[in-house]
Amino acid sequence: MRVKLVVNGQNYERDCPEHKTLLKFIREDLGLAGTKEGCGMGECGACTIIMNGRAVNSCMVLAVEADGANIQTIEGEASGASLSDIQKAFEKHHAVQCGFCTPGMVMSVKELLSDNPKPSEAQIKEAIEGNFCRCTGYTQIIEAVQDLTGGKEKGGLDRV
Amino acid sequence: MFENMDSANLKFVGKEADRPDLVEKLTGEATFVSDMILPGMLYAQLKKSPHARAKIKKIDTGKAAKMPGVRAILTGEELDIHIGLYIVDKYILAKGEVRHYGEAVAAVAADSPEEARAAADAIEVDYELLPPVLHHMDALKPDAPLVHPELGKYSYVKAAFSPQPGTNIANITKIRKGDIEKGFEESAYIVEREYSCPSVQHVPMETHVAIAQWGFGDKVNIWTSAQSPFTVRNLFCMAFGLSHNQVRVQIPYVGGGFGGKAGIGVEPLCAVLSKKAGGRPVKFQASREEEFSLLPCRCALNYRIKTGVSEEGKILAQKMEMFWDSGAYADYAVNVTRASGYSASGPYEIPNATVDAYTIYTNKPYGTAYRGFGHVEFHWAIERHMELVATAIGLDPLLFRLKNALRPGSKTLTGETILPSTGNVVKCIEEAARRIHYGELTKEEKEREARTGWKIGKGVGALQKAPAMPSFTATAVVLKMNENGTVIANLALTDYGQGTYTSLRQIIAERLGFPLEKVKIAFESDTDRDPYDWQTVASKGLFLSGNAAILAAEDLLEKAYAVAAEILRANPRDLAHDGDRIYLKHKPEEGVSFASIAIGYAFPNGNGIGGPLIGVGRYIAQGLSNLDKESGQGHPAVDWTYGAHGMVVEVNEESGEYHVLHVVSVYDVGKAINPDMVRGQAIGGMMQGLGTAICEGYIYDKDGHLLNPNFTDNKIPTAKDLPMKVECAVVETPQIDGPYGARGVAEHSMISVAAALGNAVQKATGAEITHMPIRFEDVWRALQDKEPIDNWITKSPIGSCRSAPEMRPGIIRNKG
Ligand code: FES
Ligand code: FES
Repeated sequence: MRVKLVVNGQNYERDCPEHKTLLKFIREDLGLAGTKEGCGMGECGACTIIMNGRAVNSCMVLAVEADGANIQTIEGEASGASLSDIQKAFEKHHAVQCGFCTPGMVMSVKELLSDNPKPSEAQIKEAIEGNFCRCTGYTQIIEAVQDLTGGKEKGGLDRV
Repeated sequence: MFENMDSANLKFVGKEADRPDLVEKLTGEATFVSDMILPGMLYAQLKKSPHARAKIKKIDTGKAAKMPGVRAILTGEELDIHIGLYIVDKYILAKGEVRHYGEAVAAVAADSPEEARAAADAIEVDYELLPPVLHHMDALKPDAPLVHPELGKYSYVKAAFSPQPGTNIANITKIRKGDIEKGFEESAYIVEREYSCPSVQHVPMETHVAIAQWGFGDKVNIWTSAQSPFTVRNLFCMAFGLSHNQVRVQIPYVGGGFGGKAGIGVEPLCAVLSKKAGGRPVKFQASREEEFSLLPCRCALNYRIKTGVSEEGKILAQKMEMFWDSGAYADYAVNVTRASGYSASGPYEIPNATVDAYTIYTNKPYGTAYRGFGHVEFHWAIERHMELVATAIGLDPLLFRLKNALRPGSKTLTGETILPSTGNVVKCIEEAARRIHYGELTKEEKEREARTGWKIGKGVGALQKAPAMPSFTATAVVLKMNENGTVIANLALTDYGQGTYTSLRQIIAERLGFPLEKVKIAFESDTDRDPYDWQTVASKGLFLSGNAAILAAEDLLEKAYAVAAEILRANPRDLAHDGDRIYLKHKPEEGVSFASIAIGYAFPNGNGIGGPLIGVGRYIAQGLSNLDKESGQGHPAVDWTYGAHGMVVEVNEESGEYHVLHVVSVYDVGKAINPDMVRGQAIGGMMQGLGTAICEGYIYDKDGHLLNPNFTDNKIPTAKDLPMKVECAVVETPQIDGPYGARGVAEHSMISVAAALGNAVQKATGAEITHMPIRFEDVWRALQDKEPIDNWITKSPIGSCRSAPEMRPGIIRNKG
């Protein structure tokens, strides 16, 4: 089937078999490998992208379902040479370790903040609950979002 | 090295610093092996065993071979190559017999993953079922089936391990210290209990993946998501009889490892398929299910501990028996057993002790290294035991810990004397206790109890760990100056998120006296380009590579000074430098820039001197020795990192539900080179530890089928599982031979989290839980005085695997 969509403001048009997931389509056909696959079963959130304003697990969407959609992926997050505010906050707070969950995590935070510019801690946790991170223990990610939205101080390490 | 420098004199060490890898990771630019596509690349898929143990009678690949896109098919019959880290016991594809559920029996390489999948599914395998041995305690019985009848024929590392042919025992580690009979004789109390924990998965978010190309003239290129490029290369060369200069291993960004990618994994499989397919590159990426059942997990453990205590609460004797479930292959499990053996008592002094630690083969997915290298599992036991012993003899558990904690002058199980510079576990325990207001409830906590009706309890758990590594473990750093006076460091220690490169960058900048921006650590590792490093494991990276980095910086400076001295016609001793130039101390206006000598200096007349500036730093662990096989005495530890967690929980006594309200983690890190990085390791590991404490674990049916190889049935913690309050702190007792006084902290954060939770739950409710994970129903059952339901442990057809009933209640004999 022919699939036409907009990704990060660019138009794409490709032939695509009906069974192909949007995740594989984006990574393999469009060459945007920033979006990751952690399970392929809708369980881990590594493949999160924004489709028509909503964060979705792209491994659970067929590419043909995305025909006509407007999509954002991690590759569209920075503008030119400057990181977005979310990226800057993640960098400042060391909210990234191995980085494999990061693209999906950033997309979930982006959706949250577009709906709710001042989320509570509980709302942040809720928003990223579907994004597994095995490395960071989530704290520095949550602090990054809180800093961005409420000016929370950077978490510290006490020396005793 | 430089362990006693005043912070005021340090520019980068001990301070915040950006992580150089984050921008690439945050923009999606960072390339992982799972993202890589090479020209002509084929995709591999596997046919796997649905049985725990069976004879392979026949494999029919005829149908599969005719399917579209198929370029190569392999079965174990065509390969006669054994792979192994410490005991060479594993075929690339099962041959003759399958030894665990999910084991690979045949492989296909095809043009697309879908074609490979369809062909692998079309392979027909005829099995004859054999009775499996599923529980490690059953595997010790005399009539147990043998997982490896040929154990006596395998080669293994003789200096460290003792496989027992004719049994399922892959290794025994023994420690003998003092006179245990006499110790028990003199004890006023003797308490004996058994503790256990199941196998768990590492769950790196990027599953195991590799690409291999077996080129013309047996030149092999490997790209892999692994922790240790040189170990992959070495084991690969040994298995295939290739020279080390025929094989190149490259590691780009890695999406998590946690020990599961420490050794060799799917690389040989890709390589043999590539060879069969005429040299086209072959990629294999494990599915999430394969990550659980094809690839290794953490060993299960049963740990029996018998402790003799004096009237005053001093431990006089301790008998420790560890039974480690290695699964079908020995991999790292034999070394987990060894390292756990010599650390088995936790951070306590035991004057009279015996340890017998067994690695046991069973017909299950095999066990390997996992963050903590056995210490998470056995500290669960030892730190629950300390609590239960203290409670049984009527002493406060904190006090009991402090009475027996290692202090300067104490002797470890292997006879090493603790020095003031070894680290301060007492301070860690006290600080963790202080921060949770141990032993009392604050006003808010009392109000909360009154409001909710849930009981609040507080517990602590202490920990220790030294790097488990060969006595002669070595590494090197090569520091190259660029034309403009900036530098690039090459090393083969990998950074898959721990942040070691950030810390090494700070160390190099500090020692060179250069601004951070001038120092780059090359991110991708490559055995053709980088100097040797043993492995990225054991929390040894910062210590060994940090020292090598200091030495490389010194070497570079020495060489630069020699050239500058010649140009300036000065004695090198009269020179000094800043980030840009080397100059005369007594005449600072006279000098040469680093840029002008970086690749060799040219005099005005064109004559050249010097040459490219390259500093080399080599470092090898010093003063370590093999352990005596009978007594276990010797010196295995390059450094000990101590720590403690304090935990506050609230428990609903009726339902067994609980919430973690507060966790405090304190480590003696020697020197926090980068506080943010230490905090990242501390919290990340604590959460990983909490996951295994509250919910994770492999579940099998009675035939050995793994029932939960996915995230729906094997949950890992999400953001919602975070404790309400998380705190971490460091004690800094400088490690004299550590870089700027630092010692490693990476695995440690996962250790004793489960025990601290168990201790807090016990404090709140009295529930005596001895098996982890601690699910709500386990708390409820313990409170109802019911037997735990051990569906985490396989019940094998030849008997239950539970600990003997007499081991369950604490046996107390008061001889006083
Ligand atoms: S890859 Fe889509 S949810 Fe895991
Ligand atoms: S940073 Fe590794 S999984 Fe999140």
